[in-house]
Amino acid sequence: MDNRGHHPNQNSLVSVHNLTFSRGEKKIFDNISLEFERGKITAIMGPSGTGKTTLLKLIGGQLFPENGNIMVNGRDVHHLKRDELYTLRKRMGMLFQSGALLTGMNVYDNVAFPLREHTHLPESMIRSLVLMKLEAVGLRGARDLMPNELSGGMARRVALARAIALDPMMIMYDEPFTGQDPISMGALVLLIKSLNTTLGLTSIIVSHDVYETAAIADYIYVLSEGKVVGQGTPQEIKESSSEWVQQFMNGAADGPVHFHYPAKEKYMDDLLHCDKSLFSRKRLFGEKPAKRRRYS
Amino acid sequence: MEFFRYLGANTRESFTKLGRGSYFLIGMLAGISSVLVRPHLILKQMHSVGVLSFLIIFISGLFVGMVLGLQGFYILSRFGAEETLGVMVAASLVRELGPVVSALLFAGRAGSALTAEIGLMKATEQLSGMEMMAIDPIKRIISPRFLAGFLSMPLLAALFSAVGIMGGQIVGCGLLGVDDGAYWSQMNAAIDFQKDIINGVIKSLVFGFITTWIALFEGYDAVPTAEGVSRATTRTVVNSAFSILGLDFILTALMFGDN
Repeated sequence: MDNRGHHPNQNSLVSVHNLTFSRGEKKIFDNISLEFERGKITAIMGPSGTGKTTLLKLIGGQLFPENGNIMVNGRDVHHLKRDELYTLRKRMGMLFQSGALLTGMNVYDNVAFPLREHTHLPESMIRSLVLMKLEAVGLRGARDLMPNELSGGMARRVALARAIALDPMMIMYDEPFTGQDPISMGALVLLIKSLNTTLGLTSIIVSHDVYETAAIADYIYVLSEGKVVGQGTPQEIKESSSEWVQQFMNGAADGPVHFHYPAKEKYMDDLLHCDKSLFSRKRLFGEKPAKRRRYS
Repeated sequence: MEFFRYLGANTRESFTKLGRGSYFLIGMLAGISSVLVRPHLILKQMHSVGVLSFLIIFISGLFVGMVLGLQGFYILSRFGAEETLGVMVAASLVRELGPVVSALLFAGRAGSALTAEIGLMKATEQLSGMEMMAIDPIKRIISPRFLAGFLSMPLLAALFSAVGIMGGQIVGCGLLGVDDGAYWSQMNAAIDFQKDIINGVIKSLVFGFITTWIALFEGYDAVPTAEGVSRATTRTVVNSAFSILGLDFILTALMFGDN
């Protein structure tokens, strides 16, 4: 099963080696290694709060790892100079969960934005490019709408058109299916798959939508508590012997991940325990004395 | 003991914030060169920061001037010096009230809007998205707004003073019977270009700089949630007001302290 696992692969566009990253006390990633092959769709799956978005920000060079390194197209993202990083980012598209469209401009200008900032193309050529990208996501007719007039699914498609405006070598999708109705979901699944084939992109999808992701991914990593708990093709993942992976893929409420958040006291003790005095400080003001606040 | 811990934590926090703010300022100033070649970015921001503040500045200036006319006339007439009403109105406006009051209004009208706008752009990942498109948000978003605020402030202060002087004239000459010619000629003779007007312009440039910097930094540094943005907006107005009034004292002492 683990035929590419921890050894750098010649065919990888992005490789993550022994990555460690913490937020405060909590270790988000604990020495993980991942490979993302060129031209393929690789999915990172796992429950909410396992730092999937953080991983994309690390790959994009917006956050710095504590340990380990990330190679994109043979270059170490975190040891690049600022200019070099920006040059690299022009070839990396990223689709944010919210779309992250600029709210001050309409759909057309949003898609034209990276072209106008990074190229000196004449306006007529920018127009053709923008219309081509919008046509690819099926929203050529929506070019005059403002971002607040778009539905969530449309906003994500516009953001996708913007992400491919500079013809990148890869796209990172942050939870592309979350909160979509079945129709927009189907449209997005189709788009991601077809863009990957027609443009020869490398796609990284971060998601917890099991069926949609498994339908289009070539390879899946399942993360939990900072570790890779399962990896393989969608078929291999479905047949995985790991209880954890089975619970995640089947959406079982209880299993290795418990239904109950750990509590200090037993349920019975907790119910029976009652503060004796009716007017105790604890009862009146809560557990802790209120935090002092600043003047503003 | 709790008090000292609180004091220490707050002091440390304030200094780190000052550090972040200075770092932000350097980036913002470095971005100005790339904005100057694209003047339409500045013009667009000057419209939202400056032109849209026009009405509040105009009305406030008019009323401040009218009040100055009333109060000035009352005091000056006790010495039989009503003719110098123009000097009094103009000097107080050009030296003090013009730059200070318009800066306070500017912080409330434009500063809070800037903070909320940048804070919301951060909360909706627009800034982060721009970084991933290899566009530096400081250069593209912050620097044009800074330049617009910095340039709008003296213009708004000048407008405030001009409208205020006319307000003083409406009340003084129109209602209270001061001679029109005396109002203007006394003013003309007594107000010094270098000492009064240039110093007033310097003040408003300093206020424009500090207010816009505070507003943009608070927005950029805001916690990206609804509550975070609202707190940042409050801090913009409070900190701008403190800075404006504190700096006004220092500047006045430096400019007019020697006579």
